Amino acid sequence: MNAPLDSGMNMGSQPITAPQSADCKTSTPVIQREEGQRDVFCGLTSIVWLHRKIPDAFFLVIGSRTCAHLLQSAAGVMIFAEPRFATAILGERDLAGMADAHEEIDRVVAELVNRRPDIKMLFLVGSCPSEVIKLDLDNAADRLNRSHENVRVLSFSGSGIETTFTEGEDACLKTLVEACPEADANAEPNLLIVGCLADIIEDQMRRTFHACGVKRLDFLPSKSTSELPAIGPNTRILLAQPYLGETLTALNVRGAQHFPALFPMGAEGTRAWFAAGLAAMDQQDQIDHPMLKAAYDRARYSLEKARQELDGKSIFFFPDSQLEIPLARFLSQELGMTLKEVSSPYIHQQIMQSELQLLPSDVELREGQDLEAQSDRCVASSPDITVCGLGLANPLEARGLTTKWSIELVFTPIQGFEQACDLANLFVRPLDRRTRLAV
Amino acid sequence: MELTLWTYEGPSHVGAMRIAASMRDVHLVLHAPQGDAYANLLFTMIQRDKQRPPVTFTTFQAKHLGGDTAELFQSRVKKAADLHSPSLLLVGASCTAELLQDDTAGFGKRLDIGMPLIPLDLPAYSKRENWAAGETFYQIVRHLAPRTKPDQPEQGKKTGTRPTCNILGPTSLGFRNRDDLQEILRLLESIGVDVNVVAPLSASPSDIARLGDADCNVVLYPEVALPAARLLERNLGQPYTKTVPLGVGATIDFVKELCGLLGIEARIDQMIESRLPWYSRSVDSGYLTGKRVFIFADAMHALAAARIAKEEMGYDVVGLGTYERGFAKAVRAKAAELGIEALITDQYLDVEAAISESAPDLILGTQMERHVGKRLGIGCAVISAPVHVQDFPARYSPHMGIEGANVLFDTLVHPLMMGLEEHLLGMFREDFEFQDVPSHLGHQPATGTHAPEAVMENNPEIHASVPDASPDVTADDLSWADDAKAELSRIPFFVRGKARKNTEKYAVERGVALVTLDVLYDAKAHYGRH
Ligand code: SF4
Repeated sequence: MNAPLDSGMNMGSQPITAPQSADCKTSTPVIQREEGQRDVFCGLTSIVWLHRKIPDAFFLVIGSRTCAHLLQSAAGVMIFAEPRFATAILGERDLAGMADAHEEIDRVVAELVNRRPDIKMLFLVGSCPSEVIKLDLDNAADRLNRSHENVRVLSFSGSGIETTFTEGEDACLKTLVEACPEADANAEPNLLIVGCLADIIEDQMRRTFHACGVKRLDFLPSKSTSELPAIGPNTRILLAQPYLGETLTALNVRGAQHFPALFPMGAEGTRAWFAAGLAAMDQQDQIDHPMLKAAYDRARYSLEKARQELDGKSIFFFPDSQLEIPLARFLSQELGMTLKEVSSPYIHQQIMQSELQLLPSDVELREGQDLEAQSDRCVASSPDITVCGLGLANPLEARGLTTKWSIELVFTPIQGFEQACDLANLFVRPLDRRTRLAV
Repeated sequence: MELTLWTYEGPSHVGAMRIAASMRDVHLVLHAPQGDAYANLLFTMIQRDKQRPPVTFTTFQAKHLGGDTAELFQSRVKKAADLHSPSLLLVGASCTAELLQDDTAGFGKRLDIGMPLIPLDLPAYSKRENWAAGETFYQIVRHLAPRTKPDQPEQGKKTGTRPTCNILGPTSLGFRNRDDLQEILRLLESIGVDVNVVAPLSASPSDIARLGDADCNVVLYPEVALPAARLLERNLGQPYTKTVPLGVGATIDFVKELCGLLGIEARIDQMIESRLPWYSRSVDSGYLTGKRVFIFADAMHALAAARIAKEEMGYDVVGLGTYERGFAKAVRAKAAELGIEALITDQYLDVEAAISESAPDLILGTQMERHVGKRLGIGCAVISAPVHVQDFPARYSPHMGIEGANVLFDTLVHPLMMGLEEHLLGMFREDFEFQDVPSHLGHQPATGTHAPEAVMENNPEIHASVPDASPDVTADDLSWADDAKAELSRIPFFVRGKARKNTEKYAVERGVALVTLDVLYDAKAHYGRH
């Protein structure tokens, strides 16, 4: 806790340009660094989709009333009767040392486990307050594992001082990797697809890989916490989400090999992603498999109408989910959109390498945020669409801009061939709405 | 540590944000990590504000800890002052920054930014949103309003001038505050009282400096305005109103109280032209009589709803509670007056359990209770914060004053089945159309509702005709005789679930394993005797 970070948004003093790969003809764009006020969610927000993706897990935030309020505001108030997440709110007694924080955690967890016998895995989730008072949740998890037989207890931090929005998923999956069983060094190679995907997309991908001869295929997170995939030197990793730097490091530590690829957004991105997965499993020839080819053609065909609507239109990305770069690549490459500015809270250069090479070399590419300056730039550049967080959307609309909420891009199934059109339509709809309204 | 699933109130820095966002020409700098900026969306999404709230977050990160968070704070304050040049700057800390002990107040005071600056103390681990809104408003008034009585004759007594008041309490993100304020302005106009300043909503710092010019203060929302109103009474001798004009009776009382403070004649009949009294008396409303309501809300809306439900709707109040511990005393007193025990909690599961236990016909609550009601199959009218996008309707829809009483009548009736409809259903219940539950109505009480214990205790003698009592029958052992089952299916769908539940409970408690027609009607008689 509070250790210097080698990820998150802390870039240290690394060079700021993307590394040039030898076979790359075009120059990769320059990344400008921006510092200032940020308008982003913290990593706790990831719990909103993580708890749905892992149905036998419970997420217990050790934090403040702010953390509880953030979660319910981001989740949309009260969709679920009794959700599988909660906050243990620190009070004055805990802070003044009148109550032993670890005893309190034990008490709250016992209460919870009693109430929810269906829970198989419990995540203790750190927050800013728990980090600042240096509450050791790893330690607490170890202790609780000894006292609760039927629940596996893990911990990670979703604090705003360390994580931005989707980085909460990164922190969670990193912990899950550490909990995965060790695969034998001689085990048959398996392909591990890492990152939360909608179930329907997971099924599509599984079907396609199976058809192409990749039989040993696992997903992380797995649907049930009792079926965590084994990981070892013969595990080959394909990232389904771009914001998983820490998870990737943890996987590398276990000897697994990463196969960098474009992210599966749009027809081209998805095809390149499958190609990397197939190559990882020595099935590169299968890229011409009729099933894959048919899906690719269908995706391209499905994008034609959206392309007519979006070709030549301009777009501006506020930093939010780290999906900005793959999205910008898809929108410029496949739909002909112009990129006014692409900002991301953090740019992991290794993971983003192939994506960056496909962006126009003169794109305004930014890491970090200075909210007021960026808002002014956005309005001045008058983009046709602006992708931004929930707090900014209406004020920008009121200034005459058309916006798309970035959080919708995280909650909606957008990856894969069959969703390419849905993804494009997320950008068509706000423009369509503007042209319809005559009031 | 307190296990919390959903919270009724936000953290204290949201209360401060609400005050800053209410006013003109004020900016707030909050020392907070990046994630705390989520609170912006409450304003821009729920209330559909066209501007971000006037708040700068320092958004410190882990790399700033143990060194330059204080520096970061100071540079953000300076930058915000330059960029926005407000006429008043507020500075405060959220929960995490409070732990850093950066002494935001001290730094704030020492900074030379060429404008008034008020440091706020917002204890995040012991206080909440509403308290902090009240405290922030109090601090602004304390710093900017005059501290002594202006040296002039009392205004109300000057011949030819109308008496004046300030309206204190309306805020950004306040439940129905936007429309309540319009309605109260209209009411004051009609009784001949001028308004000097409305605050904090739409007030500028210079307006706060003029508060002393009024003869008295109208406290519209005590949780926000009470600390400031008490201060103004102490310093300036300005009296303030204690009645909140929610409902017909309270609106009349409010007018009388205000006119009393101002020394003018209250002409009630002329102004109170609400439709509520007649609508409540019209025969169509007969079916509302004795409907059992459970009330849970912020304190002032809970108290007002209890009075309206009892006196103006003819309901029975079977539950009353609030999540605002600071006002527990008043709510307990009101509950005692109604012969029930108050529920003071901010644990949502406790509220759900209490509602389920008392199985009311109607809930008057918050968005949380609306969801509880959905699960239990009980209608709910939303009467209080926490706010939801639905609480900012496009149409004019106050809850206060005369039009507010009209709105409340509709609001408090709507979730119940319409009166005539209920009669017709009773009349035609033999028809097959009424034998089955239309799924889209969702009026079936779900499992988990219980018959009221109180009724049970009051009626110990009723089971005379029940045969074959055995002490340890459980709900699982129960079976229904054919004739009883057939009869049950003739009961209208919207009460059938409750009838079954009551009958089974009645049978289990008397150790009867077979529900016969007699048992059914004994149970009906038992529960019908209130
Ligand atoms: S930023 Fe920190 S304090 Fe704020 S909600 Fe996130 S974890 Fe909690």
